Amino acid sequence: MKKLINSVETVEDEMIQGLVKAYPQYLKKIDGHNVVVRANKKEGKVALISGGGSGHEPAHAGYVGEGMLDAAVAGAVYTSPASDAILEGIKAIATDQGVLMVIKNYTGDVMNFEMAAEMAEMEGIKVKQVIVNDDVAVKDSLYTVGRRGVAGTVFVHKIAGALAETGASLDDVQAVAQKVIDNVRTMGAAILPSTIPAAGKPGFELADDEMEVGIGIHGEPGTHREKMMTANEITDHLLDKILADIDYSGSEVAVMVNGAGSTPLMELYIINNRVADVLAEKGIKVVQTFVGEYMTSIDMAGFSISVLKLDDQLKELLAAKADTPAMKA
Amino acid sequence: MTDSKKIVEILIAMAKVMEENKEYLTDLDNVIGDGDHGINMARGFSEVEKQADTLVQKDIGTILKTVGMTLVSKVGGSSGPLYGTAFMKAGMAIGAKEEIDINDFLSALETGIEGVKARGRSTTGEKTMLDAMVPALDAMKNELAAGADPKSVLAAGVTAAQEGVEATKPMVATKGRASYLGERSVGHQDPGATSFTLLLTEIGKAL
Repeated sequence: MKKLINSVETVEDEMIQGLVKAYPQYLKKIDGHNVVVRANKKEGKVALISGGGSGHEPAHAGYVGEGMLDAAVAGAVYTSPASDAILEGIKAIATDQGVLMVIKNYTGDVMNFEMAAEMAEMEGIKVKQVIVNDDVAVKDSLYTVGRRGVAGTVFVHKIAGALAETGASLDDVQAVAQKVIDNVRTMGAAILPSTIPAAGKPGFELADDEMEVGIGIHGEPGTHREKMMTANEITDHLLDKILADIDYSGSEVAVMVNGAGSTPLMELYIINNRVADVLAEKGIKVVQTFVGEYMTSIDMAGFSISVLKLDDQLKELLAAKADTPAMKA
Repeated sequence: MTDSKKIVEILIAMAKVMEENKEYLTDLDNVIGDGDHGINMARGFSEVEKQADTLVQKDIGTILKTVGMTLVSKVGGSSGPLYGTAFMKAGMAIGAKEEIDINDFLSALETGIEGVKARGRSTTGEKTMLDAMVPALDAMKNELAAGADPKSVLAAGVTAAQEGVEATKPMVATKGRASYLGERSVGHQDPGATSFTLLLTEIGKAL
């Protein structure tokens, strides 16, 4: 393993401290926990909290700020934060309007956030939640815990955060977050694995001529392994799966081409070139495109494509003001 | 009879076995999960080990509840809340006793396992730690009912847990991150069932 770290035990702490030191105008850290909150707490609005394992930077702490999140909780690399850290975050940002938790659909994340919410409710804080499950690579059925939450989560932060900023009620903010979840689909692929610092070796192995299709953001295996394809071929495959999942025909959409950590922008633009052409050909109108690193997987090489179907409300909220370290609008 | 001192010795042995098997458990998790199980278990039990000196002065219920709280608050992921819940429920079942016997142990384990089922909304046959826990508990209850001594009871539990781990191999995962794999999870043993078996083995060795 070759990484620019000091010790595997201090990766998360030092990363969070470095982030807060870079953006003191936006962020502050809660003592004793890897929880980042807005530098200036805003009252009179629903407060949004999200989080998950570390390794997905800039998610989630990079999205703390005006028009997006009020707090982000960072667990160990690829591991859900523990419930006491989440509880501290909830308590720090709670307002009379209540707190909305944006949880990615993983067993550990759901359990820890729900345990924290139970404890917060005992202290008189109103808490609701949404669970993001945008990954079309995995089956959603009665017999699984459902689809994984991946890069589409960033659209939930952006849109629910924008509505919360207007002073909307907890029910309304929860409803718009759920509307984003219902209308966003994502799928990814990887060509090189990521290495969890504490593990010291890659999470999986791929031959030089192989790729993992449908990869998860923690390096979880995808739908299948296949011989390397060209950028256009893999883009077409992922888009086929995404566009088959909900009816996008004739609609306006936002697109996110998200880099996994070790994929250069050059390749992400090549992928977006194809995404834009395919969507145009199908009569789907792209209103806004995001190309870059929004939900990474440490040093994995790969990408995901997210397509969010917009209505007037979502379109307006996506364009509304956001001022955070990792996203501005 | 087992006292607080013995319980803490077992916890220290558990910390050691988790550290020794960190890579093994993580490798198992890499195949069907997200590759952090060994790291998380080792981190959680090393936090428990740090508290050994204060724990040894408490009653057994308090020790187990403290272990549970530590795992919940320090581990995260899904193994933290699940093992944490198991220890907390077991501690509540035992209460303020200074010594426990095999009957106390089995009823505490049963309460702990019920806690895991509730927290994980899971049951046997779903390729999880429950597939080692439940057969182990059943085997130990049967062995005890047949009049066996505590050492033989634990030995039967360990054997049943090991068989439970083997039995997870052909299962299709329907809970946890392995469930995302569906049929691709077949052929691999469950890391959580494996870690439970390692922990139970340490209890067996200590008797």
